[in-house]
Amino acid sequence: MMLWFVFALMTAAAVFAVLWPLSRHGRLQKDGSEAAVYKDQLTEIDRDVAAGLIASSEAAAARVEISRRLLAAADNQRDRPFVSSISLRRSAAVIALVGLPIAAIALYLPLGSPWLGDFPLAQRARAPEVTQPLDSLVAQVEQHLEKNPTDGRGWNVLAPVLARLGRYDEAVRAYRSSITYNGDSAERRADLGEALAAAASGVITAEAKAEFERALALNADQVKASYFLGVAAEQDGRAAEAASIWRAMLAKAPTDAPWRPLVQAALARVDGSAPALSDDIVAAAKDMNDTDRGAMIRGMVERLASRLKQNGDDVEGWLRLVRAYIVMGDRDKAKSALTDARQAVAYDAERLRQLNEGLKNLGLNG
Amino acid sequence: MIAESGHYALVLALALALIQSTLPILGARWRDFALMNVARSAALAQLLFVAASFAALVTLHATSDFSVVNVFENSHSLKPMIYKITGVWGNHEGSMLLWVFILALFGGLVAAFGNNLPLSLRAHVLAVQAWIASAFYLFILITSNPFLRIANPPIEGRDLNPVLQDIGLAVHPPMLYLGYVGFSISFSFAVAALIEGRIDAAWARWVRPWTLVAWIFLTLGIAMGSYWAYYELGWGGWWFWDPVENASLMPWLAGTALLHSAVVMEKRNALKIWTILLSILTFSLSLLGTFLVRSGVLTSVHAFATDPTRGVFILLILCVFIGGSLTLYAWRASALKQGGLFAPISREGALVLNNLFLTTACATVFIGTLYPLALEVLTGDKISVGAPFFNLTFAPLFVPLLIALPFGPLLAWKRGDLLGAAQRLSAAGIAALIAIAVLWAWTRGGSAFAPLAIGLAVFVVAGALSDLAERTGVFRMPFGTAMRRSRGLPRSTWGTAFAHAGVGIALIGIVCETTWNSEYIGSMKPNDTTEIAGYELKLAGVTQRQGPNFRETVAQFAVSLDGKPLSTMMPSKRNFTTRASSTTEAALLTRGASQLYISLGEAAADGAIAVRIYHKPLVLLIWFGPVLMAFGGMLSLSDRRLRVGAPKPAKAMRGLQAAE
Repeated sequence: MMLWFVFALMTAAAVFAVLWPLSRHGRLQKDGSEAAVYKDQLTEIDRDVAAGLIASSEAAAARVEISRRLLAAADNQRDRPFVSSISLRRSAAVIALVGLPIAAIALYLPLGSPWLGDFPLAQRARAPEVTQPLDSLVAQVEQHLEKNPTDGRGWNVLAPVLARLGRYDEAVRAYRSSITYNGDSAERRADLGEALAAAASGVITAEAKAEFERALALNADQVKASYFLGVAAEQDGRAAEAASIWRAMLAKAPTDAPWRPLVQAALARVDGSAPALSDDIVAAAKDMNDTDRGAMIRGMVERLASRLKQNGDDVEGWLRLVRAYIVMGDRDKAKSALTDARQAVAYDAERLRQLNEGLKNLGLNG
Repeated sequence: MIAESGHYALVLALALALIQSTLPILGARWRDFALMNVARSAALAQLLFVAASFAALVTLHATSDFSVVNVFENSHSLKPMIYKITGVWGNHEGSMLLWVFILALFGGLVAAFGNNLPLSLRAHVLAVQAWIASAFYLFILITSNPFLRIANPPIEGRDLNPVLQDIGLAVHPPMLYLGYVGFSISFSFAVAALIEGRIDAAWARWVRPWTLVAWIFLTLGIAMGSYWAYYELGWGGWWFWDPVENASLMPWLAGTALLHSAVVMEKRNALKIWTILLSILTFSLSLLGTFLVRSGVLTSVHAFATDPTRGVFILLILCVFIGGSLTLYAWRASALKQGGLFAPISREGALVLNNLFLTTACATVFIGTLYPLALEVLTGDKISVGAPFFNLTFAPLFVPLLIALPFGPLLAWKRGDLLGAAQRLSAAGIAALIAIAVLWAWTRGGSAFAPLAIGLAVFVVAGALSDLAERTGVFRMPFGTAMRRSRGLPRSTWGTAFAHAGVGIALIGIVCETTWNSEYIGSMKPNDTTEIAGYELKLAGVTQRQGPNFRETVAQFAVSLDGKPLSTMMPSKRNFTTRASSTTEAALLTRGASQLYISLGEAAADGAIAVRIYHKPLVLLIWFGPVLMAFGGMLSLSDRRLRVGAPKPAKAMRGLQAAE
């Protein structure tokens, strides 16, 4: 209510600014005229002569010129007197009284968010945040690390949380810092590799693979690294190699290892010629060379893009598309997809928020 | 409530601008003074609302209200308060709000202090000003609204581009905008004159202070920007012929020409067509600059806007205003009464020459800036037009201009005596020749151009001084008389001399810096020593430091000259975690007008660090020159007296020709 009161006051002030001059009768203030300027110029000449800046012959010539201008200006001024028309003023007043508030409200309502109050940070820090406790905790840890970047324990805590929140790129950076300040270990290398793969939408990139290999070099029995190297082999189309890696893992593993079912399922996938992914992608990709596989991926991305063009409500789909473009190294397309996404969900605050959250996780700044 | 009130204030400002752009024009048409007076109160109210809106955005940034998209995207709660405030205009939306705020400020100033203007002229000027304002309010509200909100505000912002987290951002954009937007007033005056169909010496008197203010701020803004680039970007360069820099140079060149022809118009009632055209061109070039920077057509540090809808909108504004005003010009200019007559060799003639050179120089910059863009649009080829093009085209235009510069103030109005002026400049010419000879002997074998260019600069400075000496009669008359005469000399004359000398001084700086600049680029380990231009620099150590929102690597260099320790220089490299980017903070050691400059590169694994060390002789003169020019402008601005150009009476009538 307070806000609308302020708006009303402001509108009244604006209307008053237009009405006030209309209500004045008579010409109160004198306006300037060209004649005044020329008269001043004439006195200026006298001053210059007195100061010895110009000779008297030049001064005489200047006086003649200026007097000519003065006469012309005086002629001009007499030609049309000012008038004052009540009907003109009335219509102007109506425009101000009616038109101005209507124009202002009509412009403001579609643009503004009058139902939203202010959220200054100081006030929010005092009130405990119940809606996003994890987010604010993460923010606190990040702030702490910004000031004490060598605190290895902090990075250790932060990295898995970031990975779970889906902020993979930041998780990668956190794991790297953790390795720098806590020292190298097979577990950390494996986690870093996992985060790298997650950041690339599950594709084991060369970078991620290198991390897994380093983890195994440190500890040949590192379970996570072995598993993902198997996945890497599977993604490269070397199913037999993947199978042998996983078989070796199962052979060495204790019978009650919690990851057994996962590896067994993976093994069944490549061994039993079951389709690797529900939509047969890997099966189809197995026999292709790199160019064909790239073309297939591009085709899929294009299908996704055209689907989203028809129905833009799918926030997850948009995020997948943007991520796909980034993985393909096409930043321009990613950017334009991002703009399209914003436009598509612009009318829905909740979806827009989801989209922005997701984009933040992708490490994109709008 | 602050955010929404600020938003609503901006909408109200638009509504007022729409009224201000129509009622006063109708009033002037029907000679109704009440309607014409609406312009005034509407302009003041508009200023009030835009100021409120701007203050609201500043408050939102200062209190880190991340429910506002603009704050969230460009601020961070850990940023020092000064950068929270300067960050307001360190982004597209906020800088556009600053733009309209300054536009409204100038409108409000005309309304408040325009008592000496005829009523209808003031009504027209303010109405034209309101057209511009309306277009830009609409642009802001529709395509770049700084008051958009987020329903669930995030807890932390994305931080400002680290390069912009510098004191330069507090000064450079506001100054530049005061210059850019200040020229809107001369534009409005020109369009108003065309609408009224009348223009004369009095008009020039009224426009003079506005043009001068805009020119002063633009001069300082460009110089400040150049110095900022020099110390922040870490390359030691001060002018890159970057399109964004060119965008600010073009209105400066046109504005300088405008300033000079407006003087002719005030004093002699001549060069009317020139003055009107330059008024229109100067502001058009300012708009073009805004378009180039804001539309994202160019990609550089400055272009933080890449949304195509914005570009199209500004292009539309550009076409309407430039096209409209030039059409009006073509239609009405011929109706303007012709002004005074003058001989080709006269002060007026010299100023026409000046206008020709400045506008041609402006045109070359224009071509060099826009040709690559046009080519890319038409053929898709990407080319870059850089320093070689500008050095080949810009310099040859400026050399004759600078040679002619000292002659101008020494010529009489209406008909001048070139030989007499040359005689009075003989002292300046001799000084220039001595400078050339000394430099030649001293730097034997170096660049042949440098001593000549410095001779030219000395000629310009000495020429400005001889003009003063001539007017005060300091060498001809007794000392007391000369002192009295110099006190009686109008401040505008002093202003002219300072501004012209500033050009020469800047030229000295430019030539010295580019010719005798020495550099060392390499990698150094702690306790390594290197020598440059006689100075000995020892890398004492490299340490890490934590700033408020960054980490920095600081290197200490012990500087000594001839074995005697001078000072310690501490260049650093800052890492900003939030944006995952880094900036270099160069260390500067000033010795007289020369500077030692160190900036850091990447650190290698073995503890060595890449460094760039420059010795830049007399580099500070490059910026001292513009400061002197601006000071001259201020002197001239403070001179409220009228300007009269007393014509030299003819001994025999001959060779007179029309002004245009």
